[in-house]
Amino acid sequence: MTKIPVTLTHNGAERAAFADPGQNLLDFIRRGLGDLSPKYGCGQGSCGACTVTIDGETRLACLTLAETVEGCDVRTAAGLGQGATLDPLQQAFMDHFAAQCGYCTPGMLVSARALLDRNPNPTREEVVEAISGNLCRCTGYDPIIDAILSLAGRKASA
Amino acid sequence: MTLHRGRGFAAINYPIGMNLGGDPSQALVHSNPDGKFTVALSAIDLGQGMKSVTRQIAAETLGVPIADVYVDTADSDTGPHDMGSFASRGTHRMGNAVIQASLEARAVMLEAAAEELEVDAGDLVTDGQGNIHVRGAPSRTITTMAAAQAAQFRQGRTIAGRGIFLVPLSEVDPETGEMSPVTTFAHAALVVEVEVDAETGEVEVLDIQSAYEVGRALNPGLVEQQLRGGAWMGMSHAAWETTEPYYPDRDHGPVDFDHYAMPGPGDLATHHISVLERPAEDGPYGGKGPGEMCANPVLPAVVNAIYDAVGVRIDDLPVTPEKVLRGIRANGGARPRQAL
Amino acid sequence: MSDRRSDRNGFEMRKDLFADERDDDLNEIGKRIRRQDIEGHVTGRSPFYDDHLFDGLLHIRCVRSPHHHARIRRIDTSEADRMEGVVRIVTGRDVPVNLNTLLSLLDFGLDDEPLLSEGKVAYRGEPVAAVIARTEAQARAATRTVRVDWEVLPHVLDVEEALKPGAPTVNETYPGNAFVYHGKYDHQKLRYGDVDRALAEADHVIEGRYQMSPIEQAPIETCGAIAAQEQNGRYVCYTGTQALFFSLGTASKLLELPSSRLHFIGGTVGGGFGGKVDSIHEPLAILGTMLTGQPCKSQWDREEEMQVGAPRGAERWYLTDGVMNDGRIVARKFTGYFDSGAYTRLTSYAVIKCAGHLPGPYTIPNVHADVYCVYTNRTPATAMRGFGITGVDFAIEAHMDKVAETVGLHPVELRILNAYRDGDMKAHRRLAKNCALVECCQVAAQKAGLRLSPDMLAASSKTGGGGPRAELPAHTATDQNGLVEGFSSGSYARKGGAPASPAIVATLPPGASAPASRPAAPAPEPKDPAPRPDAPRADTSPPARKPARSGAMRFSSLSGFRRR
Repeated sequence: MTKIPVTLTHNGAERAAFADPGQNLLDFIRRGLGDLSPKYGCGQGSCGACTVTIDGETRLACLTLAETVEGCDVRTAAGLGQGATLDPLQQAFMDHFAAQCGYCTPGMLVSARALLDRNPNPTREEVVEAISGNLCRCTGYDPIIDAILSLAGRKASA
Repeated sequence: MTLHRGRGFAAINYPIGMNLGGDPSQALVHSNPDGKFTVALSAIDLGQGMKSVTRQIAAETLGVPIADVYVDTADSDTGPHDMGSFASRGTHRMGNAVIQASLEARAVMLEAAAEELEVDAGDLVTDGQGNIHVRGAPSRTITTMAAAQAAQFRQGRTIAGRGIFLVPLSEVDPETGEMSPVTTFAHAALVVEVEVDAETGEVEVLDIQSAYEVGRALNPGLVEQQLRGGAWMGMSHAAWETTEPYYPDRDHGPVDFDHYAMPGPGDLATHHISVLERPAEDGPYGGKGPGEMCANPVLPAVVNAIYDAVGVRIDDLPVTPEKVLRGIRANGGARPRQAL
Repeated sequence: MSDRRSDRNGFEMRKDLFADERDDDLNEIGKRIRRQDIEGHVTGRSPFYDDHLFDGLLHIRCVRSPHHHARIRRIDTSEADRMEGVVRIVTGRDVPVNLNTLLSLLDFGLDDEPLLSEGKVAYRGEPVAAVIARTEAQARAATRTVRVDWEVLPHVLDVEEALKPGAPTVNETYPGNAFVYHGKYDHQKLRYGDVDRALAEADHVIEGRYQMSPIEQAPIETCGAIAAQEQNGRYVCYTGTQALFFSLGTASKLLELPSSRLHFIGGTVGGGFGGKVDSIHEPLAILGTMLTGQPCKSQWDREEEMQVGAPRGAERWYLTDGVMNDGRIVARKFTGYFDSGAYTRLTSYAVIKCAGHLPGPYTIPNVHADVYCVYTNRTPATAMRGFGITGVDFAIEAHMDKVAETVGLHPVELRILNAYRDGDMKAHRRLAKNCALVECCQVAAQKAGLRLSPDMLAASSKTGGGGPRAELPAHTATDQNGLVEGFSSGSYARKGGAPASPAIVATLPPGASAPASRPAAPAPEPKDPAPRPDAPRADTSPPARKPARSGAMRFSSLSGFRRR
C-alpha cells in the first residue's frame, strides 16, 4: 500500500505523517498524529463527535480524506487553551455542568469555539445553529447552550 | 395553519436498585501517608456521575475535603467486584459500599490520631477541612495528613477500609408474584404543554413543569443534569424515536442519525424543575437514584396533552404526524378540550 | 453564578418539604460539586476504550444474516480467506463455549444464545462469522465475500402471533416462544385480591391497549472493546461496557478462560443508557487476540449500533380498570408482552422488575397481571434507562387520563385520591414507606397553575395510609394458566423446586451444554458434527490446558452455594 506524506499545522505545531490512501482525517489525527480528542461516533457525518476546524472552518473529520489537509491548519479540542490554561469556553463547560459522558464534548467545543471566533456575541439562535450538527444524548443541550452563551460579549480568545 | 395548545399530566414512581440475585457491590478505600484517599471500584461512569457521587460520599464519611479523595474505576485488577452500573443500582449499592469502606478507614485514621494526641479515639471528630480534633476542644488537633504519616511511619497502621452492600436475594412467588423487588422508590409528577398543528399533525413540546422526588440530592448539579437530560429523552421517546417505525414490521429501520430522529438544540422545551428530597432509609445519606426514572412521566404526559389539545388519543408510540392527523380525521376535525 | 442557566429553565430545591426527615448540615453531600472527570472531558483527555492505541491493531467485522430466520447449510470463507489484509476468519466452532445467557452469571435463565451462530439464525443481523483483518476497510470488504448457504425458515415478528399455536419456534431453548418463569409458567403472574369479582362490582370498567416502541439507546460512543496480550498468559481488555464484571464473567465463560487470566479496564464510557451490558465485543476481541496473537478491536459502526445492537424492546399492554363513581380504582388487570427478540439477554429480568412495580404508584385492592417475555425473529432486546417500567408507566398514565375523563375527575385529583401512602400494602405484598407521590403531584400542579381542591392540597403521603389499607386481601384468586411442562426450575426467582442446573453446564465438554439444563425439553438444533478444538488453535501462551475452574463454573457454583 503506497503511503501518502501529509504535512500540516496541527494545533499550532508543524507536523508530518504518512496517510493511507482513502484514510479519513479522523483516523489520521487519532492514529497518525496521536491526538485522541476527536471521537468516532458514526462515521457518517451525522453526529459531530469528530468535528475539527480546517483553516478556521468546522469540518467533520470522518468525512474528510486525510490527504486533502496537506498544508492546512487543523485544530481540535486538544488545541484549545494556552498550555495549561484552559480556554474560557472549556471553563464555561465545567462551570455549567455542560458535559455528562463527555464523548460529544470535544466536537461540541470545536463548533462553539469556531462560532465565538467569528461572532463573539452570538444570540441563542446562533448558538443553536452552530451546534446543531453536534449530537448530545445526555444533557438535553440547554446546559451546553447556556455555557456558550455565558461567553457572549467577551472578547474572542487568541 | 391551526395551532392548538394542550396540557397533560402524569405521575410515576420508580424502583431503585432492583434486587436481582442478591447482586452486591464492593468498594476499597485507602490513604497514602499524606492523607490523600483513593477509592477503588469497578463501577462505571457513563455520564451519570458515578465517580463524582462516590467521591462525595467517601469525603463526607471520611470527614476529609473532597480534594483529598480520588475515585479510581474501573480496573478489574484493583477494583473489587461489582456487576455494573444499571437498574438504578449505582448510587444505592455502591454508595453504601463506599460508606462502609470509608467508615472502616476512618476508624483507623482516628485511632492513629488518638495515639498521637494521647486521647481516646471515641472523643475525636473531623471538621471536613483536613483536621481531627477532640470534641469540644478544637485546640487539641492534628491534621489528617499528620495522622496518616504517623500511621505509616510510626505506628505501622494501614488506613484502609473494605465495604460491601448486599441486599439479600429476593425470591419471587410463581403464583402471586410476592417479592421484595427493591427497598425504595423515587417519584415524579409533571405537567407538559404541547402545541399541535391540526393541519400537519405536527406536535411541539413547549414546556415542562416537573416535581421529582429523588431521596437526598447528593449533588444537585448532577441531579439537575439527569433530570434535564432525562426529560429531554422522555420527550424524544414520546414523539421522535423508534428503531422500527412500522413495528412489528422490520422495514424502514433507521441506520443513521438522519433517520433515527431526536430533538436537536432547536427543538427544546423549557423545563422548570423542582426537586423534593425524602431521604431513603437505606440509601447512602438517603440518596435514591434519579437517572432512570426521569424520562418516564414525560411519555404519557405528552399523549395526554395531545388529547387535551385536539381530542385525539395516541396509544401507540411514538407520536407521529400521521397518527395525529388520522385521529383528527376520524373525529371529523380537531376537538380542542383545554380541560387541564 | 447568576448566568448559570438561562431564564428559559428553572431549577429549585424544595427544602421545605420533608425537612424534618433530613439533616442538611453536611460537608460535601448536597453540594453542587463539579464532576471529578469534567476536566478530562473538556480537554479531550478522558480515556475512553478506543483511546488506547496499539501497534498492529487488527479489526473485527461480522458477517450477518440477511434473513429473519434461516438455517445455515454451509459457510464458505474460501474467497474471504484470500482477501487482502485478512488474518483470520472466525466461526462458531472457534468459540470454546458457544452458548450463553447473560444472566447465567446470576443463575437466572438458560443458555440460549451463541456468540457466533452455527445451526441457524433467528434475526436479521445475527452474526455467523467474524473477519479479522489489518484495516477496518479490509475486514469490511472481506465480510462481503463470505458465502453462506441459507435455508430460509418461516418467521414471526409480532408478540401475540408468536404465542399462538403453530407459530415458528424462534428460540429452541424456549419452544413455546416465551421465557419460562420458575420452571413452571410461560409468564410471570401477579395476583392480589380478586380482580374479576371487583370488576363485576365496579361502577365503570375502562379498557385500553398500548404499544411502546422499540428504542435505541444511541450513546454517541458506539459499543466496542479492544483486547491485547498481557503477561503471564493474561489478556487485557479495554472496554466500553457499563457492567465490568458482567463482561468479564461472560468472556470467561464463553472463552473457557479463568477470570484470573482476564484484565478488564473501563469505567470511562461515552454514554450507555442500558445498551452496554450485553458483553458481545469483549469475548469477540479477546477471542481474536487468542487466535491471532495480536491486539484486536471489535466495534460497532453506527448502523450496527442501531440495527444489530439490542434496543429496548417493544412492549404491548392491555389494561382494564374497575372504577367507582367517586374515582376510587378498585381493580386493575394487566396483560403485558415484552418483545425480547430472538434471545433472552435481559428481558426476562425486566418482566420481574415490572411485575414488582405494578399497579404503579397507586393503592388498588385487586390487581392481576400476566407479563410475558416473548421471543420473536427480531434483534434481541436489552436494557435501557427505565427498563421494565417505562412502557407500562406510559400505559398506566395514559390510561389514568381516560379514567379521569370517564368519572369526571380532575386528572391530578384522580392520582392523589388513589396514590399509595406510607403504610399501604402493595400488590407485591410489602408495605409502602418513604412515599412522595402526593407531594410531587401537588408541586407540579401548583407550578403549572392547576387548581386543586382544599382536600387535595391537604393530602399527604404520610397520612391516610395504613390501617385497613395495610391488610392483605382476604382472598386472592389464583390459577394455573400458562403451565409449562418439562422445565426444571432454572430461575432464582422461585420458591421450592430443585436447584437449577446451569451449574452443570460448565462442567460438560463444550458443545454438549444445552440439553443438560432442560432435561425434558426438545433436543436443540443438530450441531455441526465437525470436531471442536478444546482450545482456540492459535492460543500459544501457556499450554492450552483446560483450566481447572472456568469462569462460568465459578459464578454458577457461587450462586448454587448460595441456594443450598
